[in-house]
Amino acid sequence: MRSTQERNESSSLSFYFQVHQPRRIRHLGFFDIGKELSYFDDELNGRIMRHVAKNCYEPANQMFLRLIKKFPQTRLTFSLSGVALEELKQYAPAVVESFRALAATGCVEFLGETYYHSLAGLYDSQEFVRQVELHRQAMKDTLGVNPIVFRNTELIYSDEIGWLVRNLGFAGIYADGVEKILGRRSADHVYRHADDDDLRLFLRNYSLSDDIAFRFSDRGWKEWPLTPEKFTGWLEKNPSADRLINLGLDYETFGEHQKAATGIFTFMKKVVASVARSRRLRMVTPSEAMQVLPATDKLSVPVPVSWADKERDLSAWLGNDLQRDAFDTMRSLVTKATENGDSQALHSLCYLQTSDHFYYMSTKHGDDGRIHNYFSPYRSPYVAFIHYMNVLTDISLRLKKRRKVEIMRKREVLKRASLREAITQ
Amino acid sequence: MTKRIKVLTFGWEFPPHITGGLGTACYGLTKSLMKQGTDILFVVPKAYGDEEIGVIDASEVVMRGEHASPERTPLRLATSRAEMRVIAVPSAIKPYTSAAPPAQAVEEWNYVIERSAPTPGSPLVEKVVGRKYKFSGSYGPSLLQEVLRYGEVASAIAAGEQFDVIHAHDWLTYPAGVAAKKVTRKPLIVHVHATEYDRASERNADPRVLAIEKEGMQRADKVIAVSEWTKNILVLKYGIKREKISVVHNGIILKRKKATAGGAPRLAKYMVTFLGRVTYQKGPQFFVEAARKVLEKFPHTHFVVGGAGDLLPQIMERVAALRLSSKFHYTGFLKGAQVDQVWSVTDVYVMPSVSEPFGIAPLEAIRAGVPVILSKQSGVSEVMPHAIKADFWDTDALAAAICSVLQHKALAKVLKANAAESLKKITWDTAARKLNKLYHEVHARTK
Repeated sequence: MRSTQERNESSSLSFYFQVHQPRRIRHLGFFDIGKELSYFDDELNGRIMRHVAKNCYEPANQMFLRLIKKFPQTRLTFSLSGVALEELKQYAPAVVESFRALAATGCVEFLGETYYHSLAGLYDSQEFVRQVELHRQAMKDTLGVNPIVFRNTELIYSDEIGWLVRNLGFAGIYADGVEKILGRRSADHVYRHADDDDLRLFLRNYSLSDDIAFRFSDRGWKEWPLTPEKFTGWLEKNPSADRLINLGLDYETFGEHQKAATGIFTFMKKVVASVARSRRLRMVTPSEAMQVLPATDKLSVPVPVSWADKERDLSAWLGNDLQRDAFDTMRSLVTKATENGDSQALHSLCYLQTSDHFYYMSTKHGDDGRIHNYFSPYRSPYVAFIHYMNVLTDISLRLKKRRKVEIMRKREVLKRASLREAITQ
Repeated sequence: MTKRIKVLTFGWEFPPHITGGLGTACYGLTKSLMKQGTDILFVVPKAYGDEEIGVIDASEVVMRGEHASPERTPLRLATSRAEMRVIAVPSAIKPYTSAAPPAQAVEEWNYVIERSAPTPGSPLVEKVVGRKYKFSGSYGPSLLQEVLRYGEVASAIAAGEQFDVIHAHDWLTYPAGVAAKKVTRKPLIVHVHATEYDRASERNADPRVLAIEKEGMQRADKVIAVSEWTKNILVLKYGIKREKISVVHNGIILKRKKATAGGAPRLAKYMVTFLGRVTYQKGPQFFVEAARKVLEKFPHTHFVVGGAGDLLPQIMERVAALRLSSKFHYTGFLKGAQVDQVWSVTDVYVMPSVSEPFGIAPLEAIRAGVPVILSKQSGVSEVMPHAIKADFWDTDALAAAICSVLQHKALAKVLKANAAESLKKITWDTAARKLNKLYHEVHARTK
């Protein structure tokens, strides 16, 4: 028997934090096309990364390290995109060090994802596999960890993605616990993939997650101010041995989306401390949860879901024609660059696959529109689109030039060969 | 020898601050008028301080009573005895503004008028005898209010000056012209460069602007239209008598062609350009539909949308819906040399305007050696007998015309040569001669 009477009364709780920053492109105007300028505004990327590291990654990592020291039963889960990891190494190496320290505690699990935080899972399984392997290697090299649970870009999940991920050797995957896939079932259970018993599904409890991520400092919210006692009380309700509450948040929630002045750090510190002391809750990582929790129900997700916007579908990135046309153009360029063998262009195109570029082109209004704007370095989705397309045009021009040079070179070789032939005859 | 006429001109911008065709037109006309011996007193609604000639700040103009006009430096042309003085009125009047919701708009280049009417009963101008009259110089509560305030100052300026004829350019200055006529009883000429029906569609026309335009034309002794196309609009939509309207086509200042501009990317074998404000009036939507048809025949053609405007988002979405974004390039608002750079990579320029009173851009394209296709609903097509013309809504015809120019190098060549020939006749000197004649006519009639 796995559980004692006491254990029967406690729920499992998992904290999962997403760490991601895109490699933002520079403002490339029409007249800049063809001038062989760099595509990325690395000055801006460095500035943002250093800023977020200072306000969020550094203090939050230190806080969690201290908590783990004090409460060894603390469990945390992180997913770091490859792009973010690169930028961290370059602009905030101290943060990489503190992630290493977190990994070394044995209390922290790291997830697998696509290196470029891309939408590749939706359109190109080969590219998807390549990016996942690249990420796996980076995690191993940088943090010495080997992820066995996956989370796809922006929690985009479908049966098909689950199948791909299973074939890559992962034992579990995260998705958002939305009603449209669960119906009346609870998100707080471990599920199994529709046709593969060996893949576990972890569903984010979006309501409790968003209480922290979005509503924490919202003075218009009826639960404001959210105290650690109140929140822990919610978590402690209806304890049950087969219950797993997955809280999934942008790591930037701490100190960036919710500034330090809102009290977010103190809040989190107290929540973790009281959860650690609670007899009704126990923290787990997803791979621990897989060991101890039953997964009886299958969950079928034929149409992709995500954690973005109120639609929880792909519309945050591919919801309008601008996004779809930009996306298709990017994809066809990847094919062309591959044929062309232009490794430099392919390298740039990797970063252009990052979902954020399409997110900036969203023309949604209302609350979701405001969130898109908050994240965007552009003053409008149309400007974001123009600059992105200008970069693609520049790449396409570059490929054309290369092709021309290649043809000229071949012609030259042929000419010389026939000349030699003529002489020897 | 005829008498030298002195004209009080209510104008627009003055070099180097030219943001639109109207500023260019005022400048070209004024220069040629002076060459022909006409004295000009040029009042502009805005001063930046670095105009080509010394400008006088009209906030120094004293209202009534004490006459203490400051020293004003006249401009003289070496070739003429005529002189010009420029009086700048610091004011919020701007022909185009960039006020638009930041999240959705790319850039706005159209008139923006606040939809709220001024509070009834509130005085438009604070008038204190003997006190200096100050304009805010920043964006006022409402463009319309500013226009009326500008009119008030105009009468003050007019009262202190000697001249024979008043000439007001476009609706923003009509109230000024009317006010000046009231004070001085000098004849008024209003010059229609564009009407509200051109700028907005019939449905979106602002009734207050329409009223100002109509009143200006009714109170004027003579109305000048920049084309037969515009004259017809004035007759049909504003009810102005045909005999009262004279057509004076615009000219163009032929600059020496600059050394190859470079700078703009040559993106494909064929490049077709739309250039101008991306607004309803300019017909960018027809450009897109024609482009779609061109691409069926010439799939390697690229299209440049040179300019910004309230319709740009819609245009970009339409192009994306057609999955043609990789063939379209958006430059945003083009500044000075950038226009020449775009011309240098353009194989054919299309002006599909829904209603274009005149249209300077095609002439600039021709000057840069670019073949042009014009909408029949434009004034410029009246002075370009050899250009290819099509109805703006007939995107089949537009597409066919684009294809022929792209396909037949010889046609492009002939078009260019003929257009360059026509261009020689389209001068501001010609326009100024017609104007001078009209000045004398109205002057003689009211004496």
